[in-house]
Amino acid sequence: MTSLIEVPERDETNRSYTIGVVADRTGDFGSFEELAMPHFAKLYNFAHWLAQDRAAAEDLVQETYMKALRGFSSFQQGTNFRAWMYKILRNTFLTTKAGLKVSVSLDSDGDDKPAEPAVTETPESVLLARVEVETIQSALEKLPVKFREIILLCDLEEMSYQEIGQTLGIPIGTVMSRLSRARKAMRELLAANLQGAS
Amino acid sequence: MTCDPWRDKLDAYVDGDASQGEIAGMSEHLRTCPSCAADALSRLQMKRMTQAAAARYSPSPEFRQRMEKSIQKNVRSSTKPVWAFGWIPRLAVVAALVLMVASVFWTRHSAREQALAELLDLHVSTMASANPVDVISTDRHTVKPWFQGKLPFTFNLPELQNSPFKLVGGRVMYFKHTAGAQLLFNLRNHQMSVFILQDQPGVVPFESGVTATREMAFNSETWSEGGLRYVVIGDASPSDIRELSELLRAAARPG
Repeated sequence: MTSLIEVPERDETNRSYTIGVVADRTGDFGSFEELAMPHFAKLYNFAHWLAQDRAAAEDLVQETYMKALRGFSSFQQGTNFRAWMYKILRNTFLTTKAGLKVSVSLDSDGDDKPAEPAVTETPESVLLARVEVETIQSALEKLPVKFREIILLCDLEEMSYQEIGQTLGIPIGTVMSRLSRARKAMRELLAANLQGAS
Repeated sequence: MTCDPWRDKLDAYVDGDASQGEIAGMSEHLRTCPSCAADALSRLQMKRMTQAAAARYSPSPEFRQRMEKSIQKNVRSSTKPVWAFGWIPRLAVVAALVLMVASVFWTRHSAREQALAELLDLHVSTMASANPVDVISTDRHTVKPWFQGKLPFTFNLPELQNSPFKLVGGRVMYFKHTAGAQLLFNLRNHQMSVFILQDQPGVVPFESGVTATREMAFNSETWSEGGLRYVVIGDASPSDIRELSELLRAAARPG
């Protein structure tokens, strides 16, 4: 059966189900580089979105890799390597000066509420037709970190809800409701941006 | 037919996280409901546009090179001690390794080890950073006042004029969500970090008294003085680390 909407399958090559490699090479630090470096550019992009600063993002990535290298020998079989790396990066960010400011707002504030439908005065199709890349980037910058990070993990990194849950340390139900609220906030920001421009 | 149950599942459908049964049901619904089909299409477009817009920042080639070197260096230093024991008879090596592994197993998860490991990570990251310190000065009278208002404590720095050590600068660091000072010192080609933290029980889990440790070819020494915890970490020899520690201890003593 074909659908009117062709939802693309996730790019599985982007995923890091390489646990077998890790299990076979426990203690061989050479394999850390093989596993971790393919994520380098994306981790840097994620770090830059979190820290909003080039030097801070570099420090964040640097520290993440050093922590991951140290913890690699005790890396558990069955753990998702990519989610593990992102989790280290995010936890490292939360201990920085900028991260400490946002860590309070990461605590549950309505995450368990049922997801509400996103309603903006601008119809979705009209909104999208007028949105440019810069407008989306600006909206992402303005989003609270808890919304920005979940949108990045889902839409850019194409993580499954389960992977996102592992990275953020939250249940799948919370992933779904937070994602829904994040997208609603994003649409509202885009609509406000367009209204302000017109 | 009400669309509410379907709309609740649209995100999961678009994100590829719906079950096989939900996908089949949703596909059937979308064929008969233009409103939900338009909604699904909009969400998919938004997802694709976000994906394109969010791939915004790229690491510089210099940073990538620095990272690769840093990883290789740390991999090498972690294997160095094993090679260094090559001259010892095989049985002795095996016995030493068994003891070492047992010892590592016993202490790996202790809070003290973790704390030291975390500080070592900070030191290594700082060494590889393009901007290792926020205040750059060899003058202790410039570096110390820079921390005023940034930390909930103050500390003394030693006079280094007649010593082989050179102050590089410092920065505020965070350990267990608490602000502390990280100072960088040079000795010939070696670099050392001195971490100064509030010695809160449970937060900084070190024993009282002076403790010297060797970890991944880095040497460290830690002690408590006047309610502050000092941790010196670097790739210099244990005697050099001790000499710098002695200077810091002398500067911290009242009078």
